[in-house]
Amino acid sequence: MTAIRLRINGAAIAEDVPPRLSLADFLRERRNLTGTHLGCEHGVCGACTVLVDGEPARSCLMLAVACDEREIQTIEGFAGDPMMAALRRCFHQHHALQCGFCTPAMLITARDLIRRGRAGSEREIREGLSGNICRCTGYTNIVAAIAEATAALQDHPRDAE
Amino acid sequence: MKAADVDYVRPGSLTEATELLAKGQGEARVIAGGQSLVAMMNLRLASPGLLIDISRLPELTVAAEDAETVTLGACITHAAIEDGRLVDPSRGLMPRVAATLGYRAIRTRGTIGGSLALSDPAAEWPAVLMALDAEAILCGPGGHRSLKCTDLATGIFETQLAADEIIESVRIPKLSPEGRWGYLKLCRKSGEFASALAIAVVDPGRGHSRVVIGAANGAPLVLEETSRLVSESRRDEIRTAVTADIDRAGGRHFDEFQCNLHTVVAMRAVDQVLQ
Repeated sequence: MTAIRLRINGAAIAEDVPPRLSLADFLRERRNLTGTHLGCEHGVCGACTVLVDGEPARSCLMLAVACDEREIQTIEGFAGDPMMAALRRCFHQHHALQCGFCTPAMLITARDLIRRGRAGSEREIREGLSGNICRCTGYTNIVAAIAEATAALQDHPRDAE
Repeated sequence: MKAADVDYVRPGSLTEATELLAKGQGEARVIAGGQSLVAMMNLRLASPGLLIDISRLPELTVAAEDAETVTLGACITHAAIEDGRLVDPSRGLMPRVAATLGYRAIRTRGTIGGSLALSDPAAEWPAVLMALDAEAILCGPGGHRSLKCTDLATGIFETQLAADEIIESVRIPKLSPEGRWGYLKLCRKSGEFASALAIAVVDPGRGHSRVVIGAANGAPLVLEETSRLVSESRRDEIRTAVTADIDRAGGRHFDEFQCNLHTVVAMRAVDQVLQ
């Protein structure tokens, strides 16, 4: 067991973890943050994407022990975030999910694309989403939702601050 | 699946890390971004006894520059290179390559040194750094040594790295203002490992010209005759030269389709340079 201290969705956490425990399993099983989903557990499906120090990362490919002193943000931690609010609204309007398994990571990935200015065209959005697999929707509605959220945030940029 | 039980240590210096690695007697593995290693551990393809986490060592996360070269710390991430957060010796080649490497959530953690050390045959950096004539600075218990990237990779997941050595940095010669490059990665889905990969670099200012193919059933392959013809802009002869270079290398066991694929991809990278 190794002691770690980190922040998860703003809260300071201290725990002992076995080094083999992935960040994803730590979040789900120790912290009960089950919005982070595990699909493939080897970095291909993207369902476990969270933010580590503000940047997207695969929580199945990070060991919890390596997240000592890091800041983690999961899908449960975006209350009051205007970019996420716009994305959630547009996902709802465009019916951009069916089973919902990929959705938390789709939202986190989409938010990062918008934040970095990489959601300017359908091609850019599709390329940016290529690391997140959805087996239901065929992506069309997800892409449309992200495009609309990007446009909405451009029209009201102050919301995104 | 889940990784097997393992111990973990985060040493405070590179010297300490190499000592731990030597003491590990083959059971210890260095972890940087972990984007390949943790995947392999989850699949139980790797089950090291000890992980030595070097990702936060300050000496491995800095970039330095002199008149001729740029030195990038081994733990600099693909995303940092993609975003142009560091000085770029390659006139845009390296940021372009980084953007094609895996997915953003992989690039934020994966490192250039990790890619070199793993030496996945389809990885981008080993081939690109060969084309740029870069060298790796290795740190072991006996001190430092440098090795050209063309010598570092020896085969599929095989390098000249000794069991107790760690890649500290990569020193990359700067392209002159006349330097040009071509890069093509062929894969069926963006972010995948390449099924064919080619980099062509021509720099008359430095008298350097090199064409390298990756995903080539072994270490990346320098196409010697092709490189010479490219420097002389003899495009008409290049297609034959690419095939001849691949044949001459031997041992790649390409079937006709693969040989054609690599030739076409190399030609397109060459065409970008000669345009």
